[in-house]
Order: sequence, then structure tokens, then C-alpha cells
Amino acid sequence: MLTVTSPPSSPPRVSPPTATQPPESKAAETGVWMGIATISMSFAALTSAMVVRQSGAPDWQHFQLPPILYFNTLILLMSSLTLESARRRITAAAGQVGSLVPPVQRLAELYLTLTLGLLFVMGQVVAWRQLAAQGLFLATSPSSAFFYLFTALHGLHLLGGLVGLLYVLHRLRQATGPVPRTALGAATLYWHFMDVLWVYLLALLTIRV
Amino acid sequence: MHDTAAPAVVHHHAPPQGFLRKHVFSLDHKVIGKQYLDLALVAVCTGMVLSWLMRLHLAWPTQPIPGLEKLSPNGAAGGLITPEYYLSLMTMHGTIMVFFVLTTAPFAGFGNYFLPIQVGAQDMAFPRINMTSFWLTFVAFLVLIASFFIHDGPALSGWTAYAPLSAVGKDAGPGQGLGQTLWAVSIAIFCIAQLLGSLNFIATTLDLRTKGMSLARMPFSTWSWFITAVIGLIAFAVLMPACILLILDRVAGTSFFIPAGLVISDRLQPHAGGSPLLWQHLFWFFGHPEVYIAILPGFGIVSHILPVFARKPLLGPRVLIGCLIAIAFLSYTVWGHHMFVSGMNPFSAVLFSVPTLVITIPAAIVTMLWIGTIYGAKLRFTTPALFCLGFVSVFVSGGISGFLLAQPSIDTYLHATYFVVGHFHFVMGVAAMFGIFAATYFWLPKMFGRMMNETLGKWHFWLTFIGVYCVFMPMHYLGLAGNVRRYAEFTDDYLKPLIPLHRFITIAALFTGAAQLIFLFNLIRSRFRGPKAPDNPWEATSLEWSTTSPPPFDNFGGRPPVVHRGPNEYGVQGPAGDYVMQAAPEPAGRADQPC
Repeated sequence: MLTVTSPPSSPPRVSPPTATQPPESKAAETGVWMGIATISMSFAALTSAMVVRQSGAPDWQHFQLPPILYFNTLILLMSSLTLESARRRITAAAGQVGSLVPPVQRLAELYLTLTLGLLFVMGQVVAWRQLAAQGLFLATSPSSAFFYLFTALHGLHLLGGLVGLLYVLHRLRQATGPVPRTALGAATLYWHFMDVLWVYLLALLTIRV
Repeated sequence: MHDTAAPAVVHHHAPPQGFLRKHVFSLDHKVIGKQYLDLALVAVCTGMVLSWLMRLHLAWPTQPIPGLEKLSPNGAAGGLITPEYYLSLMTMHGTIMVFFVLTTAPFAGFGNYFLPIQVGAQDMAFPRINMTSFWLTFVAFLVLIASFFIHDGPALSGWTAYAPLSAVGKDAGPGQGLGQTLWAVSIAIFCIAQLLGSLNFIATTLDLRTKGMSLARMPFSTWSWFITAVIGLIAFAVLMPACILLILDRVAGTSFFIPAGLVISDRLQPHAGGSPLLWQHLFWFFGHPEVYIAILPGFGIVSHILPVFARKPLLGPRVLIGCLIAIAFLSYTVWGHHMFVSGMNPFSAVLFSVPTLVITIPAAIVTMLWIGTIYGAKLRFTTPALFCLGFVSVFVSGGISGFLLAQPSIDTYLHATYFVVGHFHFVMGVAAMFGIFAATYFWLPKMFGRMMNETLGKWHFWLTFIGVYCVFMPMHYLGLAGNVRRYAEFTDDYLKPLIPLHRFITIAALFTGAAQLIFLFNLIRSRFRGPKAPDNPWEATSLEWSTTSPPPFDNFGGRPPVVHRGPNEYGVQGPAGDYVMQAAPEPAGRADQPC
């Protein structure tokens, strides 16, 4: 790789950096909004593919969705509530004590959210196993193919959200510097979107499959 | 979003010291930009060699090509290219050029390097994501190239990978086994890389602009990268799931794209009910916006560079930005014009034809703005200026044949002919390449602190300019004469009289390709040995020219610049000549305004 390094010297006309803390960048939140846009577009494309594939196809096989999905939905909605409550509590506490990191016990709701998230993913895996036990696999019918595809892609994106939450938790636990409000807000926003996306997918699957 | 975002610190750390962090896994957008450009350079050389092989075979189908047998013992036994191998070369040429050159260089490469500097930021909004994005692109390229070295060779279904040919596997041809799977995996990885890249571009533009850099004051190149990123964010989000569906059809036994009762090579395919048209819709919903992903950065680069050498402000800057936005929007409404002969409902052809004709309006207005800008100007005929003029020329030449192809009745005749090959090579391929060349000659002094050689640059321009017209203009005639595309040989009676013209094109292509060696020599020599470049060699206004050449690690030496005006201040009375830089302080003597 051919690269040339930049010289360390500064241009002459600029003054030295200021000592004040710059405001926290909103980029994380913008990034999540962009992520929401692109993920929505992907699922919209897959939805249109599903509609096209189903129309006039004799091999489309209707089947009963595993009931555990509704339980999983409740779990996921609950996780959003606990996360939102955690976010509000941490942000409010940070405002009170002058932008300091909250004590670890205030993070309990975040741990609860993580647990619920994992529980949801495990529940989805159980749903897969129940379908497989009925003899419905990925290639059995286009309906089952779309079911596995939608749940798997949503699950992967949700795991990404879990990693994001872990990152925020890690920063909160470091107990130095100001509360990473934007990062927490961004992770929360993404997590809520995972909820909305799942409710949409569940409705779509209920209607179509 | 606020008009004047507060400067946000991205570089929390000192410049990296280790070789790996500095040059390989760098988080610095400038290094990543150069990595993208280096990757694109390797890719474009590969793609060009592939086109030479195809052209040689088309002109002299019975002449063996020495040494080719070593690369592909099966595809070119005795140096003679088999029809299947010809299709493999064609597929790889298209895929490499569209994805790894036309997307990678003008958008990811130059955009990465200059977008943050032009908005006065220290880096991209998410440097780690930026690095991930490049290395995913690199892996995608390796995966694609790997298919040259497997037993059956690369995929042969074209860069569009039409199903069911691309979905059924080895029965459809030698490269349709592992080769096609590698293609689909490579493109899926590429999609992730570009999605991450687009997200980064947008967040950087919206949130990291320096004080005074309102949206209206952004340089036109920044605008075009920003709009391209918005297009990419949506387009690659559709190609990505399409590739997943294709991979599942190939490896998991699903039937998204494979219809029932399909017999290939006398074998009934064990799939049922899929829709081949579905792939075409998903692909072209990405594919047409992809054309604009390739060309809009060129629009921005030309709009950025032309005023510098015309020494006049660009005509109608707001109109230009409006046109770019209109093109981006319309690019999502025209995908069906690639499918006039696909068997879709003929009435829907009208639906796609009308926006296709409408999209030529903003494109034509932009062209008029460029011509209006140079009208009456005392042009400085430097190499970047020449390539900008060349861009306008080839874009118009290719665009005019677009008017014809937008009409379903004409396209039905011309669709599968060389007319289309000539059209898209001009309007998308060569035009975007001219944009890349203009950008290279213009910005290399900033990137490496070295000037490129002007004499060699002019030779390069004129030989390339004449060369591409010799290569692609006759293709329109071939198409009108009924010469089909994607055929490996033209030995049918009605095509035989056209073979001399094919030979002419081949010779022109070889010469034009050889002229690129001048560029390569100039590029590599200037990078290391060129005369030292001053900070602002072209007397331009935008922020990249108010820092050193090359810029320091954090771009502006510790403190982001403050912007006082737009980038279009040419032909005015300024402190240093007939221009005023964006970061130059107000003349009223406000001492608190650093520049």
C-alpha cells in the first residue's frame, strides 16, 4: 500500500487548541437514524419480494405461527420499557449531580434490558425449533423461507443492538468523564426501532404466512 | 440540524505511531481515502486487462492469446477463449469496474479524503466504522478475484447476475458453480461496506461541519458526496437482501428466483415457483441509482473544479444543488427502463419511460450550468480543467443516446445490441473516469504535497479523449446495424461485414489503454518525486486549500477553521488575487476571526 504520511507540523495561521470541553457530538444519533433508514429499506425490499413471491405461487404453504412468538413480543416490549426508564433515570441523575456517572446500582435496569434482550433471542430460537419439529425448514416452502429469513435478520440486528448496549454499559461503568448521553440515547433509539420492526414483522407474518 | 454545528472532537488521541495503525489499520480518513484509491487503481488495471482480452477475442476469434492458457487452462485452452470464458471475462470486467472502480474511487476514495476537510472536520464521524468499511471492501474484492483461481473460473451471468441463470448452479455453465457463489458473497460484503460508508458520510456532513459552514456554503463536491451517500444508503439496502436471497437459492435449496419446471442442460431443476423477474426488479432498483452513485461525484468534482480554472463563479449554484437532489429522487423511479424487454407488463414500460425522460431535464440543466460557467471565461487550460471539459463532452455524448433508449419502442430493438454498450460506457464509465482523472490531477498536490507533470497530463488527456471516442462511438453504429452484445464471436453471415469495425475498436482500445500508462507513470512518479506543491496551487477557495499540503493528522493543526462565505467566490477582488477563500476573515478587521 503506497501511503505518504502527513507532516507533524501545524499550518502557521491557526492558534493552539482551546482547553474547553467541546459539546458532545450528535453524530451517534444521526448515525442510528441513518441505520434505521437503511434497515427499513432492506426490510421493505424483502416485504415486496415476499408479496411478489406469494402472488400466484402454488407452492406457498400456510402454517400456524408458533405461539411463543407472542410471548417473545411481550418480552421485547418490556425490554424497551426498562431501557427507556433506565435512560431517563441516568440522564436525570447526571443532570442533578453535574454530569457525573451514576452509581452502579442505578444501572440495574440496563442489566434487566440486556437479560430481556437475550431472552427474546432465545425465545426466537425456540420458535425455530418448534417449526422444525413440524417439518417446516428453510427450503420447505417460500412461506417458511421468508419466516426464517425475517426472524434471522431481525435477530442479527437485535444482537447488534445488544452489543451497542454493552458498549454503553461499559462506558457508564468506567466512572470517568461525563455521562455518554448521546451514546445512551442512540442505543435506546436503535433498541426501540428493533421493537417497532419486530411488531411490523410479526403483523406481516401473521397476515401472510 | 443547526446551520452552524459546533466543532466536535473526533480525534481523542494522538496520531498513531506504529506502522500497522498508521498505514494499514488506520482510523485516519485521509489514509483510508488513499487506501480506497489504491484499491481502485488495482481494480481498474485488472478490469482494463479483462476488456483487452475480450476485445482481442472479438477482433481475432481464431488467434490464440499467448500466456492466457496459464491463467485459465479450462477457459482458454491453447490460448483460445471459449464462449463461456468470454462471458466470465465480461462478468468480471463489469463487476470490477462498476463496484470496485466507479463506486470505490470517486465516492469512497476522494469522498473519504476530502469530505471531512471540506466541511472543516477533523475526521469522519465514526472513524472505526470507516476503517471497517474499507477493509470489508478489500475483502469483497479478494473474494471476487478468488474466483479467477478456482477450477471452473468466475461467474458468467454478467454484472447484473440475472436469475435464474445466476441461481441454479453448475448446470448453467462452468462458472455458475462456486464462481457465482463467490460473486454473490463478494457483492453482499461490498453492500455492507458501502452502507457503513454512506452512513458515515451523512453523519459527518450533518453533524461535524465547522463553525460558519452552513449547508448552503458547502462546496459542490461535498454536496455531491452527501447526496450520493443518501442514494447509496437506500440502493445498497436493497441489493444486500437481494444477494441474500440469491445465496439462499444457490446454497440452501430455496426458490425465490427459480421458476417451476425449469430444465437446464437437460436436467429438471429441483426448485419451484420462484420469480426471475423479482431479481431483475430488486437488482435494478439498486442498479439504476448505482449509475448515479458512479456519476454524481463526477458532477460534484466538475462543478468544484471548473470555476477554479474558469476564474468565474459557478453559474446557478442553488440550481445545481436542486438538480442534484432531483436526480437523486428521480433515480429511484426509473429502474424499469432496464427491463423493457423482460416480459413485464408493456403498460408499465410507459410508467418507467416518462421519469426516464424527465430525469434528463435536471441533467441537461446541470450541463448548461457548466457551459454557462465557461462561457466568456478566460480558461486556464490545466490538465484537471481539460478533464472536466472532457467529462462534459462524453457525458453529453452518452446522454443523448439515453434519450433514444428511454423509449420502449426504440429500446426493444436496441436493447441487446452494442448501442447500449456504447451508451453506458460513455455516460457512466468514461464520464466517471474523466471525473476521477480530473480529481486526481486537481487534488494529488494536496494529498501528497507534490505537483503532477502537466505535459504528461495533457498528453494523457488528448490521447484518452480521442481514444474513447474511437472506441465507443462506433459501437452505436454497430448497435444500429444489429450487432448483438454479450456474444463471444461474430461469425454469423450478417455480422461478418462488421468485423473490420470491431478490429478498429480493438486497436483503439489497446492504444487508449496504453495511454493510461502515461497516467500511471505520472501518478507514481509525482507521488514521490514531483515538485513540491504549495498549500493552494490552483488559487481555489474551499477549506482543503487553507491547510498544508498534505494536511496534518487532524487536518487543521488543532483548531477547526471558521467559514465566512460560500465556495463560489471567484472573479472578485480578494486579498490574494481574484478569489476569496472560505476561511479568509471578513475584511472589516474583526480580529477574533481566525482563518
